[in-house]
Amino acid sequence: MNITLNGTKQETGAETLADLLTEMGYTDARVATAVNEDFVPAASRAEHRLNDGDRIEIVTPRQGG
Amino acid sequence: MPTYYDTEVASRLMLGTAQYPSPAILAEAFRRSGAGIATVSVRRESGGQRAGQAFWDLIRDLGVHVLPNTAGCHSVREAVTTAQMARELFGTTWIKLEVIGHADTLQPDPFGLVEAARILTDEGFKVFPYCTEDLVICERLVEAGCEVLMPWGAPIGTGLGLNNIYGLRTLRAHFPDLPLVVDAGLGVPSQAAHAMELGYDAVLLNTAVAKAGDPAAMAEGFARALEAGRMGYEADPMMPRDMAAPSTPVLGQAFS
Repeated sequence: MNITLNGTKQETGAETLADLLTEMGYTDARVATAVNEDFVPAASRAEHRLNDGDRIEIVTPRQGG
Repeated sequence: MPTYYDTEVASRLMLGTAQYPSPAILAEAFRRSGAGIATVSVRRESGGQRAGQAFWDLIRDLGVHVLPNTAGCHSVREAVTTAQMARELFGTTWIKLEVIGHADTLQPDPFGLVEAARILTDEGFKVFPYCTEDLVICERLVEAGCEVLMPWGAPIGTGLGLNNIYGLRTLRAHFPDLPLVVDAGLGVPSQAAHAMELGYDAVLLNTAVAKAGDPAAMAEGFARALEAGRMGYEADPMMPRDMAAPSTPVLGQAFS
């Protein structure tokens, strides 16, 4: 299916958000996630099924003011 | 020392973590200033660089309180979702809430700010709102559950100092027991001392330190100015007057 990941359109075979993180190599990474602008807690990623056209954000700690 | 939501912090300086020449200089700025709170953000993970983990390790080693922000958010929904992601990433309910209303001035959107503050407070967040010095907006933020207010001195990154002394003084008078923090717009230590002399509890800086020629020295300069200004405030300053008043005794002057 087609998704938009961090602003970039791409294809994925992942069925769930957890699968997508594994596919991207973020299994152990310190990241937080949102789908279609709604927060998805880490504990819910395995049950969160992806749909065609989903907009997914994967964020990490960064410098800030 | 200031207490935010029942947590006392042993410094009047909150320091941002962006724009430093290097991670080592960032760490040195924190060490020399004794800043008690570090502001951080959440941003998209890019590729396999894992920059987030390295940054997180650096911040954890500073041994300070972490205050994540919602910088760059222009809508309530963006800000709320960003806060929720930050809570999970950093393991804190503290959030520096920014809802930006104007791209040129980075002025907060007061309506969105109050709405987001209410939502996040209901979800258990401890909200530190980046706001203007508008008294009515600040009253609404307190009604929404905010137990600290962070009015700007001037727009973010300008270094213009305290643009509205009257407004800031009015806030202090109306909220005598609430922690008040000047957030944004400071450029040099004297401006931080002035904020202390107005009775403010702390200041939040980033650009003024990070973009100085010697960030660590500037951070220490701000820390000393905060101490000096606060000491002056607590010492009950004299009242200014228009007419001169001789300080040397007049009695006994020769030739009189």
